[in-house]
Amino acid sequence: MAVKNFGFAAIKPRTIDFEQFDGRLLSEILELEPSFKVCLSCGGCTATCSAGNLVSFNIRQLNLLLRRGETVGLENEIKKCMLCGKCMLVCPRGINIRNVIMLIKKSVAKSHSLKR
Amino acid sequence: MKHVVVIGGGVAGIETAAQLSKSGHWVTVVEKSNQLGGKLNDWHCLFPDFSLAKEQLDWLQSQKHQADLQVLLETKVTSVNRTNGRFAIETSGKDKLEADAVVVASGYELFDARRKEEYGYKIYERVITSADLEKRMNNGELLRTPEGAPNRVAFVHCVGSRDEKSGNHYCSKVCCITGVKQAIELKKLSPGTEIFCFYMDLRMYGKHFEELYRTAQEKYDIQFIRGRLSEAAEKIDKSVQIKAEDTLSGRPLKMNVDWLVLLVGMEAGTGTAQAASVCGSRCESSGFIATADEHRSTNLSSQEGIFVAGSCTGPMSVTDTILHARSAACEVNDYFQKLEKSWL
Ligand SMILES: Cc1cc2nc3c(=O)[nH]c(=O)nc-3n(C[C@H](O)[C@H](O)[C@H](O)COP(=O)(O)OP(=O)(O)OC[C@H]3O[C@@H](n4cnc5c(N)ncnc54)[C@H](O)[C@@H]3O)c2cc1C
Ligand code: SF4
Ligand code: SF4
Ligand code: SF4
Repeated sequence: MAVKNFGFAAIKPRTIDFEQFDGRLLSEILELEPSFKVCLSCGGCTATCSAGNLVSFNIRQLNLLLRRGETVGLENEIKKCMLCGKCMLVCPRGINIRNVIMLIKKSVAKSHSLKR
Repeated sequence: MKHVVVIGGGVAGIETAAQLSKSGHWVTVVEKSNQLGGKLNDWHCLFPDFSLAKEQLDWLQSQKHQADLQVLLETKVTSVNRTNGRFAIETSGKDKLEADAVVVASGYELFDARRKEEYGYKIYERVITSADLEKRMNNGELLRTPEGAPNRVAFVHCVGSRDEKSGNHYCSKVCCITGVKQAIELKKLSPGTEIFCFYMDLRMYGKHFEELYRTAQEKYDIQFIRGRLSEAAEKIDKSVQIKAEDTLSGRPLKMNVDWLVLLVGMEAGTGTAQAASVCGSRCESSGFIATADEHRSTNLSSQEGIFVAGSCTGPMSVTDTILHARSAACEVNDYFQKLEKSWL
């Protein structure tokens, strides 16, 4: 068996590294939906989320990871949202969460059409 | 005419003295440093309204131009003895005073950030405290790097407060909002700088505080990360690498910052310890002076005739200090009235 399969170096670090920050998607979304800036990470949205109550899906955490430039896996995760809009009803900061989700979806779709 | 001795000439001492002299008493303020004003002399502008500390101080001082108010600078009270319901007071200067009441307004001292060695204060060049930042603002000394304005600045909350390791269990109350205020000030000076605040809890207890926090996010793009810094390390270019857990995503996090600002807490300090000890006033385990009751008697110490005002009783803002000082003056008046009635 190859030695590299054992080494710690082969494991991708879990650390969020701000020197590797990929802020492209984030700045696009913040520009189109500035209300996203004031999220408190209170978790109200996750608590009420229709999708999150059925399957493993955490909209608060997903949005937070996006704010940290962590976009790997976002594309598949966001598909679980049903766009019901319940999250927006509870948000104490009045964030248009559904629009944030729509913008993520649009940008994912755009990058796919570019690839094609 | 009654004579009141006020120990300490910060916001609390000045305001108590002004109110007492307005109600017709003779007041002597004993201040250990060479000027009145306490910490406010070092602050640039104040939360929550960004008013200049100097202007607030000038206003407070303008009230004290009363005939019956004297100030002894560079003086400490060295002993207080009660005789026949009055106080015989000796000072470090030549003055001996006789007083009918004493108000302790000896304030607080800043937590010495060198005690949190892992943050590198006075070890790394670009780690400063919130108090240092206020002084820099007053001197027009901006935070710079050799390339110009900093790319990134981080603030650390609860340095020396809410921390078993520092020996302080209490919350210093004003540092969360000070961080928000200072972050906005920095952002106004250099809009290109990214600013992060690392907090354990955000305590926006006062009027306008929560709104200012929201404005910081909404208008100034200041980012708040819930997590306590474990350590800071200087890099070869003098920038500082910091580590924390982003507790809300459950992931460790690291970033390089050009400057690190430590939001230092308040401690009772040696000034208040000295004043409390000469007055025989009981202190709490935190070091701040104990009051007779947490609701009704927040200006009464454990000794009759000895009153307390301001942050010598616990962390408080300027707003609250002024209120506390005014209520101290009310209590002193009340005390004098009761004494007179008892003699009738
Ligand atoms: C970094 C920082 C920023 C802040 N910014 C703000 C702000 O923007 N807005 C706001 O509302 N509040 C602010 N505060 C809080 C503010 O500093 C306090 O509310 C205020 O200073 C309290 O006044 P004081 O008179 O009780 O104490 P102090 O200001 O500490 O004054 C005490 C005075 O007593 C003297 N003294 C002490 N011991 C003795 C003794 N034994 N004998 C004689 N004299 C003695 C001292 O020399 C001093 O002059 C800030 C605090 C910090 C740490
Ligand atoms: S819109 Fe999506 S994220 Fe919001 S509550 Fe509905 S399913 Fe959850
Ligand atoms: S409810 Fe609103 S403020 Fe709370 S985590 Fe969700 S988006 Fe953020
Ligand atoms: S006011 Fe904020 S920064 Fe200061 S001790 Fe309390 S929680 Fe910590």
